[in-house]
Amino acid sequence: MDKDTGQTEQNFSSEIDDGIDIEESFKEKCKNIIKQNKLAFFSLIMIILIILCAVFANVICRYNPYTQSLKDRLLAPSFAHPLGTDELGRDTLTRIIFGARISLTIGLIPTLISMFIGTILGLVAGYFGGKIDFIIMRFADIMLAFPSLLLAMVVMYTMGGGLINIFIALSLVNWASTSRVVRSETLSLSKKEYVEAAKSMGVGNATIILRHILPNCIPTLVVLFTLSIPSAILSESSLSFLGVGAQPPTASWGLMVVSAKKYLFTQPVMVLAPAIAIMTVVLAFNFLGDGLRDILDPYLKER
Amino acid sequence: MAKNILKRILISIPVLTGVVLIIFIMLRVVPGDPVTTMLGEHVNQMVIDKISKEMGLDKPLYIQFFTYISHAIRGDFGTSYRMNRNVTGIILDAFPNTVRLAVCAAIVSWIVGIATGIFAAVNKNNILDRLFMGGALLGVSMPVFMIALVLQYLFAYKLKIFPVSGYETVTSMVLPSIVLGWNSAGSIARMIRSNILEVMQEDYIRTARAKGLLEFAVMRSHALKNAMLPVVTMMALQISSMLSGAVITENIFGIPGIGRLAVNAIETRDMPLLQGTVIFTTILVILGNLTADSLYSILDPRIRKEI
Repeated sequence: MDKDTGQTEQNFSSEIDDGIDIEESFKEKCKNIIKQNKLAFFSLIMIILIILCAVFANVICRYNPYTQSLKDRLLAPSFAHPLGTDELGRDTLTRIIFGARISLTIGLIPTLISMFIGTILGLVAGYFGGKIDFIIMRFADIMLAFPSLLLAMVVMYTMGGGLINIFIALSLVNWASTSRVVRSETLSLSKKEYVEAAKSMGVGNATIILRHILPNCIPTLVVLFTLSIPSAILSESSLSFLGVGAQPPTASWGLMVVSAKKYLFTQPVMVLAPAIAIMTVVLAFNFLGDGLRDILDPYLKER
Repeated sequence: MAKNILKRILISIPVLTGVVLIIFIMLRVVPGDPVTTMLGEHVNQMVIDKISKEMGLDKPLYIQFFTYISHAIRGDFGTSYRMNRNVTGIILDAFPNTVRLAVCAAIVSWIVGIATGIFAAVNKNNILDRLFMGGALLGVSMPVFMIALVLQYLFAYKLKIFPVSGYETVTSMVLPSIVLGWNSAGSIARMIRSNILEVMQEDYIRTARAKGLLEFAVMRSHALKNAMLPVVTMMALQISSMLSGAVITENIFGIPGIGRLAVNAIETRDMPLLQGTVIFTTILVILGNLTADSLYSILDPRIRKEI
């Protein structure tokens, strides 16, 4: 009975407005979605937990990630140091929790910036077409021709190591694929009747793009965003691993793996812990992205 | 079809020019004078001026660019600051090592990826499928250096089957190839699985089954052939990520390939060498994309005319 009314209400409401749902049917919908995407939901909880850890790192941790203590060098895991200490006597667990801050900001901010650039260029290219489209897309072709890690390395060579420069490097490198996806989306959307209608009513180009095309790109963008975060995190750790990314003593996961590499055979936990941290975050975002893709846009599979 | 391929080649020329231009500009905005970086701080200004003139660094940027391009077309990427050798020679010395690594890695990733993909598709949605696809996702999500370090620990240190590093013997290539092939194996497996499942819905599969073919024969001669199509192009496209991965793999295992050169060039601030390696690898990627497009139109008669 309940289910029935929920169903009809949902149909009714979706006829009026797609965005607003009656509360009850919304709950039903959520339950179904969670049931079908357990893994994605679990990942979401995981990500929220990691974000909380990162935000409240000061409160959770007993130690300071940068304070060195030479008498506590290379301790094996114990009650006081659950993951042991590194070659400078810093607590590994503390550094991993603080490292989450860096990995998450690297995952979120450069991705946001590059998506922003990519979305604008994609919208412009797809909507206006012609010469502008040609120029923007050839530029995207050029950016996509570089192996991304090497291009980021060149940017880091020019500007030197450090976190801010990683931000810039990753933002510059990753916009091209977004712009391609947004462009193809815009191309198909701008042929829709409602865009034609808006045009015939004399609505300005900017309004059409912002009000009629961009909102319809958002599901795609959300999925793309979630799936780009792990690759940004992996790029940062690779750059740091190669010594052209974050510089010591920053508590970056990639950097922790490099400095622990010497102790791989004597104290493998020092290498494994940050590496597993990277993998967990990357996997969680990948699962979440896959789930979101199934929920938001069934047509986007395997892009 | 030859016309289409020719058209693709012509399109990639401006892309290539753009690549060179971007790298050229990026490396020229580096703060500090290249000659001072090369020789150190305490050098007579006259010496610096003389060397700048010899290297053509006193000319305006656009002339430097055209000189560089015209030399590059003839295969001359300039002289390394540190090694005092022609960059082309250095790259060509290192290149065979990278190629060997990449080819071995590609073989590993194809065999593992295709086998896993088929196996998962056949066992669709049961526990084996889940297990294999979970493994594939793990392959995609693991940082290259983590796989390398774990394998080094297990097989080189604990079990002592393979050497920790090196590149001369066959056994020393095993670990690096697995490391580099790992990520692509994951993505190939995922792609093969979803392609097979998609192809299985087609009419010709139903026809093949209806005429009484064994499931194995349906798979081999009808499903696989069609499911492999996009994978073939993906293999060519994977060159780009392989080269990125090679940078890390070569550094961990001490293989003197192109990736190692690039990192060395950054560490020693050797601008012409870095420029040469990046441009060289990008040319490889563009060639890979070209091959992918051409292969696709050769293999799939349905799209031959459309491109």
